[in-house]
Amino acid sequence: MSKVKPEKLVDEKGLRIDGRKLDQLRPIKLEVGVLENADGSAYIEQGKNKILVAVYGPKETYPKHLALPDRAVIRCRYHMAPFSTQTRKTPAPSRREIELSKIVRESLEPAIFTELYPRTTIDVFIEVLQSDGGTRCSGITAASLAIADAGIPLRDLVVACAAGKADDHIVLDLNDEEDQFGQADIPVAMLPRTGEITLLQMDGSLSHGEFEKALNLAIEGCKQIYGMQKEALKRKYVLVKEVAEEAVEAEKEEKGET
Amino acid sequence: MSVTPSTEVVAKIRQRHLIELIARGKRLDGRDLTDCREIKIESGVIDKAEGSTLVNLGNTKVMAGVKIDTGEPFPDTPNEGILTVNAELVPLASPTFELGPPNENAIELARVVDRSLRESKAIDLEKLCIVPGKKVFVVFIDVYILNHDGNLVDASALAALAALLNAKMPNYEVKEGELHIKEGHSKLPMKNLPITVTIAKINGKLLVDPFLSEEQVMDAKISIAIDKDEKICSMQKSGLGIFTLEMIRESVKTALEKSKALRKIVTG
Amino acid sequence: MPLLFERNQFVTPGDQLAEGDYIPGSNTYRDGEKIFASRIGLANTDGRAIYVVAIKGCYIPNVGDFVIGKVTDITTAGWIVDINSPYDAILFVSEAVERSFNVQRDALTRIYNIGDLLMAKVVAYDRTRGPVLTTLERGLGKITRGKVIGVTPTKIPRLIGKKGSMINLLKTETNCYINVGQNGMVLISGRNPEDEDLATLAIRKIEAEAHTVGLTERVSAMINEMKAKRGVTNVQSQARETG
Repeated sequence: MSKVKPEKLVDEKGLRIDGRKLDQLRPIKLEVGVLENADGSAYIEQGKNKILVAVYGPKETYPKHLALPDRAVIRCRYHMAPFSTQTRKTPAPSRREIELSKIVRESLEPAIFTELYPRTTIDVFIEVLQSDGGTRCSGITAASLAIADAGIPLRDLVVACAAGKADDHIVLDLNDEEDQFGQADIPVAMLPRTGEITLLQMDGSLSHGEFEKALNLAIEGCKQIYGMQKEALKRKYVLVKEVAEEAVEAEKEEKGET
Repeated sequence: MSVTPSTEVVAKIRQRHLIELIARGKRLDGRDLTDCREIKIESGVIDKAEGSTLVNLGNTKVMAGVKIDTGEPFPDTPNEGILTVNAELVPLASPTFELGPPNENAIELARVVDRSLRESKAIDLEKLCIVPGKKVFVVFIDVYILNHDGNLVDASALAALAALLNAKMPNYEVKEGELHIKEGHSKLPMKNLPITVTIAKINGKLLVDPFLSEEQVMDAKISIAIDKDEKICSMQKSGLGIFTLEMIRESVKTALEKSKALRKIVTG
Repeated sequence: MPLLFERNQFVTPGDQLAEGDYIPGSNTYRDGEKIFASRIGLANTDGRAIYVVAIKGCYIPNVGDFVIGKVTDITTAGWIVDINSPYDAILFVSEAVERSFNVQRDALTRIYNIGDLLMAKVVAYDRTRGPVLTTLERGLGKITRGKVIGVTPTKIPRLIGKKGSMINLLKTETNCYINVGQNGMVLISGRNPEDEDLATLAIRKIEAEAHTVGLTERVSAMINEMKAKRGVTNVQSQARETG
């Protein structure tokens, strides 16, 4: 029960198989604080990607000899649920998941003020519930919200997006078909304030010029998603303040104080 | 090898408070001893899976996914499809879930859910046979715990059943011993609707649907699965404490009663 | 010397707050000439320092803090106490018992046992080791009645209020003994469970709306409303337990 290669990834009008333009992101939905047990959590839907992230910590490190004397240890796990892909994935961690766990940790760790919590551990668990291409990027975008939601200090939110090449066109935010049957895929993660890049991978075949174009497109995508991350945090926390202050205003009006 | 587990330390004051309340027939969250928490079921949440369901039982969140593939039947059941249930206690769901392959709790959970489906013949496995002795459909149920607030068994069993009811398998025909997939989908051939009810024992009292704080102080619990004809199809007592015969009888009666309302929630 | 935010503006990590000669206060950091937020919260300034009142954050102990903790282990030196902080705290025998003492495991459990809740004070804490507690002062020791709930530690100052205004209001209006740990653990002890549930609801409201204006009036109004409804509504079912 696996995929069949589509005839074309980009049609004559420049539209992709899901109807998007070359430089268009998939629809994104972000929610913060969705799990009760975790210290911080977030959920993302990006196209058909559905990813849940939980953060625990900072907390004591066990066994103690694994602790670092001057900063927190970050433990990151990128994992896919068996029902997340077209063909069932065995629950045991694959080599791909092991590699992705490492590069995702390396994309997030530079943003965290780990030196503020020596000898502790911060756990980041990324569970892919449904996968449709670019899950490492969606996972990083949600993970950074979960870390902020846990109240762990960050230099900046980390945001990630991929760009690549399909049917000789440079495209933004590849879905599963484009990733599988396209010509190149470049996932990028960055700290938007400074533009510092914390994750960069590439697979496929690109000329120098094509690589430049794709990288810039990915960075543009990151900036758009950064705005959505801030919106999601605002939605979670500002609403209470506004509702409460509206109540105060309403009362003042009643008493004729305005 | 199974080793006595170390448990999370619960404040003594909280334990006493809980036990006092229960002695008066009340629980920490205001429920009566035989009340279940609020249940929300959402099916079809994962398109890539052939079937999927998200269950909220109070704050316990469980997702179940159904994947259907083809394979060889077991030699002793050449005319039957295969059902296999797996459960993951992923660390994101609780600070007490450790990383690693399924431990004894995850395996017990999977096998208890499996038992209720298998013994009640929930799926008509014979209808999953494609070419006898050679090719059958294999149904994988993966139970994923997303937030642990107690009673993972009932939440997982509900999620698994609802996901099976939601699942679609491809239409097919067999020509000259070969499998050909046709257009369209059909529902999985279901014959029964087992519902599991878990009852915990705390200080001599029985309570239905224990949440996490209650599980931390309970002596033991018992999970009972009842099928649509009110037959008991599986039972599992779990935990270090004991149940008296009287308590088991009372539990069975309670399970018979509660399963009806729970079944309605799944079938809608 | 521009300030780039309004008083009490909601900010997220990486947001630029100011440029120039300000002092980077709590939950902010300096990069070159500019100051940025490092946590989600409300940005503010006292003229010299720029700081962010964090909406969420773990408890970092300070020497002198009053805390409520749970005994999780016993060693020959004393007790390991969970104070809801990234670091386990230790209570040495000498900080719990005044007279000279012959240390044996059984004797230790008779003073404090695993699962006991303690009121304690932080006497030492630095980067190289975990927080050290004492229960020798007046009012400290084992908690024997009441219930303990967990509140986000960053909201504790609001729960206490200016010169204790908010917490005193709660104590009088709910008729409960309320002891607030800096580590976010709050002990509520009333004459009956309904009073304790009322106090719990009020504390949850303060926690949820800590960063808003007019909170004191709203809390007072809510308490009076609930007291009037008492006997008709099941207050207990609305009081969510944590801790």
